Order: sequence, then structure tokens, then C-alpha cells
Amino acid sequence: MSVPRVSTLRRLTGIAANSNRCSSTIRFRSFATTNEELRKTGLYDFHVQNGAKMVPFAGYSMPLSYGSVGQVASHNHVRTSAGLFDVGHMVQSNFRGATATAFLEWLTPSSLTTLSPYTSTLSVLLNEKGGIIDDTVITKHSDGAYYVVTNAGRRERDLSWFGAKLAEWNSSERASAGKVEHEVLEGWGLVALQGPEAASYLQSLTSYDLRGLTFGRSAFVPLEGGFNLHVARGGYTGEDGFEISIPPSQTLEVTQILSKAPVQLTGLGARDSLRLEAGMCLYGHDLDEDTSPIEAGLTWVIGKERRETGDFIGAEEVLRQLKEGPTRRRVGLIVEGPPAREGAQIYAPSQNEVIGAVTSGIPSPTLGKNIAMAYVQSGWHKKGTEVEVDVRNKLRKAVLTPMPFVKPKYWRG
Amino acid sequence: MFAAIRQATRAKASMPLRSRLAAPRVPAYRTIVTKRYTEEHEAVSFDDETGLGTVSITDHAQSSLGDVVYVELPVIGSEVTQGALIGAVESVKAASDIYAPVSGKVVEINERLNDQPGLLNKSPEDEGWLCKIELSAPGEMSDLLDLEAYKNSYS
Repeated sequence: MSVPRVSTLRRLTGIAANSNRCSSTIRFRSFATTNEELRKTGLYDFHVQNGAKMVPFAGYSMPLSYGSVGQVASHNHVRTSAGLFDVGHMVQSNFRGATATAFLEWLTPSSLTTLSPYTSTLSVLLNEKGGIIDDTVITKHSDGAYYVVTNAGRRERDLSWFGAKLAEWNSSERASAGKVEHEVLEGWGLVALQGPEAASYLQSLTSYDLRGLTFGRSAFVPLEGGFNLHVARGGYTGEDGFEISIPPSQTLEVTQILSKAPVQLTGLGARDSLRLEAGMCLYGHDLDEDTSPIEAGLTWVIGKERRETGDFIGAEEVLRQLKEGPTRRRVGLIVEGPPAREGAQIYAPSQNEVIGAVTSGIPSPTLGKNIAMAYVQSGWHKKGTEVEVDVRNKLRKAVLTPMPFVKPKYWRG
Repeated sequence: MFAAIRQATRAKASMPLRSRLAAPRVPAYRTIVTKRYTEEHEAVSFDDETGLGTVSITDHAQSSLGDVVYVELPVIGSEVTQGALIGAVESVKAASDIYAPVSGKVVEINERLNDQPGLLNKSPEDEGWLCKIELSAPGEMSDLLDLEAYKNSYS
């Protein structure tokens, strides 16, 4: 423990405070400079009426928690019953046109040609250097129609990227079979119903047989009350669940229908601990433009034939890393003692050599252990490897642990 | 804890408090326990007979933090100055630093918190106390907030 450290206490504590991206009554430094007008989803008033503690998140005022329900209780409710999240801050888009598949295969390394209609895939938008501009879920409706959800925090970057690349595409020969149009579903609602009781709850509201809607598939589902909504099976918790897209005029009413007992409204606090247990990345923390999908452990999103053709933006670097191996990798950690938060430095045992850093970390409510996501140098990335993590200038033992930390419970039929 | 606005508050709070304390109303032979607060949500109860200040986080702080899972305490015998980092409270939601509300020597820490960090939620200002500091400058108490000023600081 007496090894000298470059990081000062002040810096470490500053990092600790900055990682509190979801907290607020107590005023954290990370929000001290936010003076811009915050956006509101269509459910803002609904949240306030339901006792939400609203906090700034990705440019929006979003619910952190509701009433007196603590983060752990809220988290556990989603793991054991069902929770409803407002994710209407995320950007919903449609891409339509005869060459939409080819266009999106240029922007992403996914195999969309072979993706079945009404099926979704996790994907990444890559910059020219193979860095991740954003992670996204792409749902194919047909070869000429896609529904794409991107992160709120990347709204401006993504939309200008889409705009620039679309203009380039549509004015090139590649669009000769038909131009591509991009429509942002402004003001539309998006809610996520998650948990082991999500399916039975939703089934009670529809005649559509949800047993056939397996993980990664989507459908327009008629809901009691005359609604017909796009429902995608999946989510950001590791539980079985649904993400439901709702036209602006219906968002409130549908949310009211979807949030009755046993469903509990669930805020950003529990959302963060649930997704981390599920081993899912949070953009801006676990992913950024200097990180490739290979480093991020997202090699699986790159389609097999796309590795051959290499005809996507950023392919050169991505294929090089695929061949030669990345210099660092995203890994899971279990840390002894206090939780290691974002920014905590990782050391080789008993050595003064920094081999990585934590990008997200929490005490896991489900496991009762401190879990973390981190990037470490290749060679240190194998499961079971023992490392040390600097938490407030004390070195704590940590073991590389495969993710997800909590076994997913997706509905695969 | 929550250092961002510390400086501003101290300046704001110190004047009225100092004048109020200048004329003690209780006879000098009786033990006076004075409880004061920081805007970073620490509390300190100073017993003028023993010269010890018992440091805790406030009830408001614990309710904002949620379920506490780990408490890092200072080392017994360490000398601390007012405003120095002396520990941290970890909840699922956040890591929050604890700053010494007063200067002095740490003479006792609440070892129960190692096994029962949840005491901070159950009884933050009593059973969940953090440490006892032998005050080297008891006058610093007058820099801190009284209950009313503390409550005004976050409401």
C-alpha cells in the first residue's frame, strides 16, 4: 500500500464525484455547470405527479427515483417482478428507402442484409478510425425500412453524422437504386417494461400471443384501449422485457396503463445498477470515440461477411485489430472492500504499473459484491486474473470476472 | 461531503453564529453539548467537558445517498484539519467524501460500521457515528451551521 501514486486525493475524489451521474438532491459537482435548458420527455409531468426525483441526464430532466423507494428496492423489484422505465429521451429514428440496408451497412459493421424482418440487433456507429460514435439498436422492418434507437447523450453528434453521411450517400452512385430518408420521431414516447413479470403483465393487455415474440424480435402489438404499438422484446436490464414506442398523443395514457401493480415506476438509479449487472455498456463511460468495438468486447456485433468485405466506415482499423488483437480490452471486475468507481486506476499486483482503469462501478444489489467494468491492457484480460484497484489511494484486490455478472433471463421461446 | 459549495457557505454562515455564541446562556459548570452542521452534510456534537466532537453524517445525507454499503473511516491518532478528507461513504448510488468538520486528533472510530454500514441509514446521527475528534480549535465550531441554517442550506 505504500507504493507512490501519481493520482492525488483531490483528483481521485473529483473523479468519484463525477461518476455520480445519476444523483442530485445533494448537489454534485458534475451538475454544477449545467445551466442549459433541460429537455423534457412527454412523461415529465407524470413523473413529477408520481413523486419522482428529477435530475439532469443527457440533456434531459429525468427521474432518478420515485417517492421513498430506494435504489436497491427499486432494482430488486425489477429483478423479481417488473419495472417501467421512461426512455423517451433516447432518439428514435426511421430510415427508409430502397438503399437503406446498404446505407446502414456503411455506417455500421452489422449484417443487416441477412437480418430477418422485425428483428433487432445491437450495433455501433463507427467513425473513420473505427471508434464508436454511439451504440445503437437497429430493428429491421424490411430491406427498405429500419427503426433505429440511439443515445440521448449523443443526439447532436449522431444527428449531424446521419445528416452528413446521408447527404454523401444520396448524392453518390450508391444511392442510384433509390435515396434514403431519415425521420426522427420527435416527441414520441419510449418506455421499457422489464422484469420476470413483464410478459404476463403485458399479455393481460393484448390478444397478441407474446410467446412468439422472442428476444430480439419486434412486432406491432394491439393493446387494450385501441392502441397499436411497436414492441421490441429486449432491454437494458438483463431481464425479459419490452421496449414500447408510442406516438406522442398516446404516451401518457399507455404509460398509465403499463404502470399499474405489480409494475413499479423505475428511475435512472436502478437502471444503472441493472445494466451494469447485465454487463451492458453506458456510452460516455464504457464506450467513446477512441474505443473500437474490438476493444469494447463488441466484436460479435460485426457480421461475419462484413469482416470479409470490409465495406463499412472504420473498417480498416477494426479489421486490423481483429487480426492483430487490440491493445486493451473491456473486462468485468469484482473488487474487495469499497466499490471502485469510474476513473479508479488498475495496477498489476505488487507493481507500480498502471494497466487500466475502471469505467463503471457499483456495489451490485443482486450479488452483494462490488462489480465494475474496466479497460485493461491485453494480457491482463483473462478471467480469474488478479489485479489491484486504487480506491482513495488504497489498493484493493480485484479479480477479473466474466460478464454479465448476473445471468440474463431473456425469453427465447 | 459534496465540496462544491463549501467555501461560500462558510463565509455566509459564520457571522451570525459567532455573535450568537458570544453570550452563553448556560452556566459554565454544566456540560454543554453543541451540535453543528456543515453544508456538506456532516454533523459534529461537541462536548465541552471531554473536548471531544462526535462526527456523523446527517439524516438528510443518508436519505439522499440511499443504502450505504461501505464506510471508510480515518485512522485513529491521525491529525486532521477542518475541511480535510477523512473518509467516504459508499452507497449503490454514489461515493461521497467525508470532510473533517473540525480540526483535531482522531481518537476513536466507530468500528461497528465495518460490519454494519447500514447503521448509517438506520441511525445516522447516533449509532451510526463515524469518529470522535479531540478538537484542537474549539472556536471552529462557530464557523459551522446551526440546525436551522443547515436545513435552509439544502431546502
